[in-house]
Amino acid sequence: MTLRIITGGLQTTVQDLGRPGRQRSGIPVCGAMDPFAHRVANMLVGNDDDAATLEASLLGPGITFDEPAVIALAGGDLSATISGNDVAPWHALTVPQGAMLRFGEARVGCRAYIAVAGGIDVAPVFGSRSTYLRAQFGGLEGRALRSGDVLNPGIPSPTAERITAALRASGTTAVGRWTVANSARPAYNDDPIVRVIPGAHHELLDDTSRERLVSSTFRVSSNSDRMGYRLSGVELSLRQPTELLSEAVAFGTIQLPPGGEPIVLMADHQTTGGYPRIGEVATVDLPLIAQLKPGDRLRFRLVSVEKAQQAYLAQERDLSMARAAIRLRYSRGTT
Amino acid sequence: MITLGDAIDEVINRRVRAISALLDARALPCIVDLVPAFASVAVQYDPALVDGDEADGSPYERLVNTLESLLADVQDNDLAVPRVVEIPVCYGGDLGPDLDDVARQHEMDVDEVVRIHTAGDYLVYMVGFMPGFAYLGGLAPELVTPRRSSPRTAVPAGAVGIGGQQTGVYPLVSPGGWNLIGRTPVRIFDASRENASLLETGDRVRFVSISRRDFESWSST
Repeated sequence: MTLRIITGGLQTTVQDLGRPGRQRSGIPVCGAMDPFAHRVANMLVGNDDDAATLEASLLGPGITFDEPAVIALAGGDLSATISGNDVAPWHALTVPQGAMLRFGEARVGCRAYIAVAGGIDVAPVFGSRSTYLRAQFGGLEGRALRSGDVLNPGIPSPTAERITAALRASGTTAVGRWTVANSARPAYNDDPIVRVIPGAHHELLDDTSRERLVSSTFRVSSNSDRMGYRLSGVELSLRQPTELLSEAVAFGTIQLPPGGEPIVLMADHQTTGGYPRIGEVATVDLPLIAQLKPGDRLRFRLVSVEKAQQAYLAQERDLSMARAAIRLRYSRGTT
Repeated sequence: MITLGDAIDEVINRRVRAISALLDARALPCIVDLVPAFASVAVQYDPALVDGDEADGSPYERLVNTLESLLADVQDNDLAVPRVVEIPVCYGGDLGPDLDDVARQHEMDVDEVVRIHTAGDYLVYMVGFMPGFAYLGGLAPELVTPRRSSPRTAVPAGAVGIGGQQTGVYPLVSPGGWNLIGRTPVRIFDASRENASLLETGDRVRFVSISRRDFESWSST
């Protein structure tokens, strides 16, 4: 089975859960901007969480399938259609031979994940298939997809094989009933409240800025990408100028450069930085930011490490239960 | 984040390396990555994989307890002997367009700048910011030179520069404001190598002056 890229879209890349373990060599982790949606898309087709998916951004690609295929979409709603029919996101479904998956306007969020049973098979670089655009490695030739590219799925897991068999048996345009409950999904919207753990240098903010951090509405600037989201509209300042040594930063670190407009570091963030770290976005809320488009707004709410970890563990339990339910269902070979 | 100080200091950095080595050896399943820096080690972990249960506190508290007892007996006298990495550099000319300017700022001739730069013994305090970028300590005070007032939009990979109290090599094409004094034909970062980054924390670096002809023949191999 082959996926043919008819149009690349704005920025469609191969992503998985990234390549942690090499940040000490300056190699960024990369991986899906919205790891929750990436994992769920994989889960729905029976893949491991770390299988490679396609991450479509804002303007999705056009893809034809030269054989019948089983795929799932998750994340933002980019008005996906297959041969002109609307696609239900958050469900596995069959794609008929020769059909074309395409996307329209971004209705909710801006990033959709396309999982194919077996995962996208490109050569791993440092143990990961994720694309690192800046240094041009990983994924397909280290770049975004474009017209004429051809991708193949990898070897499906036993669960993926059973899901594929069951869905094909129920027709050329079957939709799997199983999904992850709406209540367990991130509440994507274009004005979210994002939970933030006070960062190592939160106390360096002056009183007004600490108040502004939690009371103001920030806007996502157009100068935002997979490395980081620049926020505008509110200026924050330190009690006094402070020189810091470069230290590790993470996906979700909120840095404050001298200009006073914070930057939220995202999946392709550099490994270390020297700006004050005023906050760390709670892992469970990273998808809310990843789905924001330039011009969208957001607010912050401070939480403790304990609360953030409780939310993370609760989400992991939800995902484990959903995964177990899907495996159980398809171990019996039904849809 | 394990913070060990707030200065660029060889003793503190030795401790950074000792802690990284200890945690690498223990390989706790919850640890996803370790990021050593000048004076700190970041421990990135998966809260769902931290040993113990909620009665013993949050995953954060449990990991802090584990790390505190592990680090109580960290020794930095059994660190591996540092590697010495020689980096050949062709100084000046179009490969080092700012060499003349650096010499002029310090009122010395170009050969003197090269002599001092190649005489230095540099420590890799940390690798970060971009793939393979080594933060080197040990630049001679005579060569400390402010960054250029207008950064270049594209500095080539292999460019050797001086920016303030730092010197180093650009591993990849990137924007940069350092004064470029030469270029190395060696690939500092190469994603197709298993050890993609030539330099790692704790290495000692020496720069060796090579001729333009040696640079060309090295580059073509």
